[in-house]
Amino acid sequence: MILLKQKTNLPGFHLSLGYTMLYLSLVVLIPLSMLFVKTSTMSFAEFWSVVTAPRTLAAYRLSFGAAFIASFINVFFGFLIAWVLSRYRFPGKKLVDALIDFPFALPTAVAGIALTTLYASNGILGSVLAKIGIQSAYNALGVVLALMFIGLPFIVRTIEPVLQELDPELEEAASSLGAGRWEIFRRIIFPAILPSIVTGFSLAFARTIGEYGSVVFIAGNMPGKTEIAPLLIITKLEEFDYSGATAIALVMLLVSFLLLALTNWAQWWTSKKVGMN
Amino acid sequence: MSNARTEPAVVRWSLIGIALAYLVLFIFMPLFIVFSTALEKGIAYYFHSLTDVDTIAAIKLTLITALIAVPLNLVFGVAASWVIAKFDFRGKSLLLTLIDVPLSVSPVISGLIFVLLFGLQGLFGPWLRAHDIKIIFTPIAIVIATIFVTFPMVARELIPVMKAQGSEEEEAAITLGASGWKTFWYVTLPNIKWGLLYGIILCNARAMGEFGAVSVVSGHIRGLTNTLPLQIEILYNDYDFTAAFAAASLLAFLALFTLVIKTLVEYRYRAELEAVGKKTH
Amino acid sequence: MKNLLKLSLVFLLALQPGAWAKQITLLNVSYDPTRELYEDYNKAFSTYWKQKTGDDVTIQQSHGGSGKQARAVIDGLDADVVTLGLAYDIDSIAEKSGLLPSNWQKLLPNNSTPYTSTIVFLVRKGNPKNIKDWDDLTKPGISVITPNPKTSGGARWNYLAAWGYALKKFNGDESKVKDFVGAIYKNVPVLDSGARGSTTTFVERGIGDVLISWENEAYLAVNQLGPDKFEIVIPSLSILAEPPVAVVERDADRHGTRQVAEEYLKYLYSDEGQEIIARNYYRPRNPDIAKEYASQFKSVNLFTIDTLGGWQAAQKKHFADGGTFDQIYTVK
Repeated sequence: MILLKQKTNLPGFHLSLGYTMLYLSLVVLIPLSMLFVKTSTMSFAEFWSVVTAPRTLAAYRLSFGAAFIASFINVFFGFLIAWVLSRYRFPGKKLVDALIDFPFALPTAVAGIALTTLYASNGILGSVLAKIGIQSAYNALGVVLALMFIGLPFIVRTIEPVLQELDPELEEAASSLGAGRWEIFRRIIFPAILPSIVTGFSLAFARTIGEYGSVVFIAGNMPGKTEIAPLLIITKLEEFDYSGATAIALVMLLVSFLLLALTNWAQWWTSKKVGMN
Repeated sequence: MSNARTEPAVVRWSLIGIALAYLVLFIFMPLFIVFSTALEKGIAYYFHSLTDVDTIAAIKLTLITALIAVPLNLVFGVAASWVIAKFDFRGKSLLLTLIDVPLSVSPVISGLIFVLLFGLQGLFGPWLRAHDIKIIFTPIAIVIATIFVTFPMVARELIPVMKAQGSEEEEAAITLGASGWKTFWYVTLPNIKWGLLYGIILCNARAMGEFGAVSVVSGHIRGLTNTLPLQIEILYNDYDFTAAFAAASLLAFLALFTLVIKTLVEYRYRAELEAVGKKTH
Repeated sequence: MKNLLKLSLVFLLALQPGAWAKQITLLNVSYDPTRELYEDYNKAFSTYWKQKTGDDVTIQQSHGGSGKQARAVIDGLDADVVTLGLAYDIDSIAEKSGLLPSNWQKLLPNNSTPYTSTIVFLVRKGNPKNIKDWDDLTKPGISVITPNPKTSGGARWNYLAAWGYALKKFNGDESKVKDFVGAIYKNVPVLDSGARGSTTTFVERGIGDVLISWENEAYLAVNQLGPDKFEIVIPSLSILAEPPVAVVERDADRHGTRQVAEEYLKYLYSDEGQEIIARNYYRPRNPDIAKEYASQFKSVNLFTIDTLGGWQAAQKKHFADGGTFDQIYTVK
């Protein structure tokens, strides 16, 4: 099979491609295919009824909804943080910059118990919120808070490099033509970073819809109300409903694929736009 | 900085304030909680809980898992980034997407697929049982699930780095008669060493911290098939919150250590690139 | 001469009692609240076994929700014995994997249950919400903590205890019973997957006014976590919870540990075993030991699972897909 598009004298094409495909298949593709195999033992009607059962739909609503809201909120704050980090100088900036990745490096279970301890009604932050009547654990809000923690680095780290690479001359030119800061932001900076915002959002979103370890402690796990989709999958497993579990997992997997494709497309679009500049 | 690119000081400092407040709330507080709860019962108890037999076994299992998963994914990462960065071929973007898949799969699903594969009711289950080969609910399954979950981490870091290097140096070396391996070792490797290091520490942090996938395939056998994250959950469920957070603090240290190395790497990488006069990616 | 010396040394060493000791390992897959019980019991059993046979036996433990553990064994968790929360879960193992015979429950005395427990309420000290009986749990504004019946054995006992009480109260009128139990579950804010999780939620997180719990868990919570923080309320009617034990015969045979495994379970019925059981707040089967520890337990009016038709029927009726739990818990 001649796959190569360009002639090159570099060796190792077939070896590295072959090994890559082999490892990929063994570790990723074959195990993932089990989802399809197992689900195929169900009739389509069965599959449909499991996947559209009220409890399942509620779980999807929670997992997807909370992920969406958390990622959306993080777009604003993530952008703000990226802006502040790439544009301003302030004491402790290097420390702050390094800490952004903390949620990414911290194990999800640790995040889970720490966030629960923090936001439970007898926790440091939870008690404050409780005084104004807001319950921040064992409900959807708790899930959103946990996902905001998890997703933040994805957005900051996607926007930051783009902000840093912005050509200062464009802004200076606009300023000399009389544009105010807000207008410069609206017309020059924002369009330039929009692709990275989209990419960051979809990365954070994809990461948080399937999140388990950091959420399972703080969610209420009430079927139909505060049960996240991954927990529903585990519960179905423990009820010996293997096909049900895989059916739900399959839907989540397909959504993840879609998001992944979207992200890659957004990145491709970004590079084209930058290339055009 | 010229005035054209900055906002009035008031705006600047309020924005900084808001950003910092958000960060304190969302990043610093959880970190604080981990350490303050761990030390609730004093330093002596802290060390005592870390030397508990089951916790030490969990630490060992975590280390062994990482020691196996990271090098395997490292070799893959190098191979994959070599073929993706240096060659142009049909299906390249599909390959890139497939490599990224484990990142967007829920950890629970990552564990589930291996139960479907190796469990007694799964595809290979009966065959494995007949030959007395134990995979599921043993450390082996934990390692496999960890490999899956951290699969793309090295590759993702290396690919952009290798792409930015271009192929001229390698092509030159080949033209001068160097073998493929020599070229890789003496030309490519030094150029990518920072990206490589970065990929390794990210992969390691994730490998040591994985919870969801491992929870599904582990048998939760105390002292045997519990990694540190699982042991934390067990301690939590045994009402020993202080010990749970003590163990968690170890992983928090690891996270902080990862961040330190990462910052150092970026610093050195950037310095090196500037020294050589190349553009950063 | 040198060879003779060496040989005699080897011979002497071989004669040491410890030299021929076998190293045996057992895996005990258990349900959630038995951690402390088996920690104590395993120590005692190892000592006993060493004295009796000279062999060293190590028992490894795995704990989790009863249903979850059963599923793990079916999926290949290599247990020598299972000590789960209800007979149905062990029945499932027999039925779905054939790892033990379907008549397992008759193989040991007392329906293979060396210890029993019951379902009680744990409330905050001083009982501020004045919880006395099951009816109080249905009142609006009362927050009830109980685990998910689909994954937790304890949760199923909780559910059935409530059901049994309501059956008696409403003279078998099922629609009223469903409303009653439904009202209780409407008051549940967090549904943990295991009994331990629920206890943590109630005790450590401070959520809820009342925890429906295994009796032994309640005592453990009071004694370990705060005698000045909680108190136990006994409902007027509760269920006799019988958590059974069984040897996973096919696995034990493969490991060659069948005999030790059987002795391990039998020893639970011995005097020492029953004492450890009582000390860990489980009700022992041995009437003498029970008398000795009588002051520790309060007397409860109990009915058994047979009143509800046995586990097979109860599981199908209540906890299977579309059963009463799903019905009262339907998502709007």
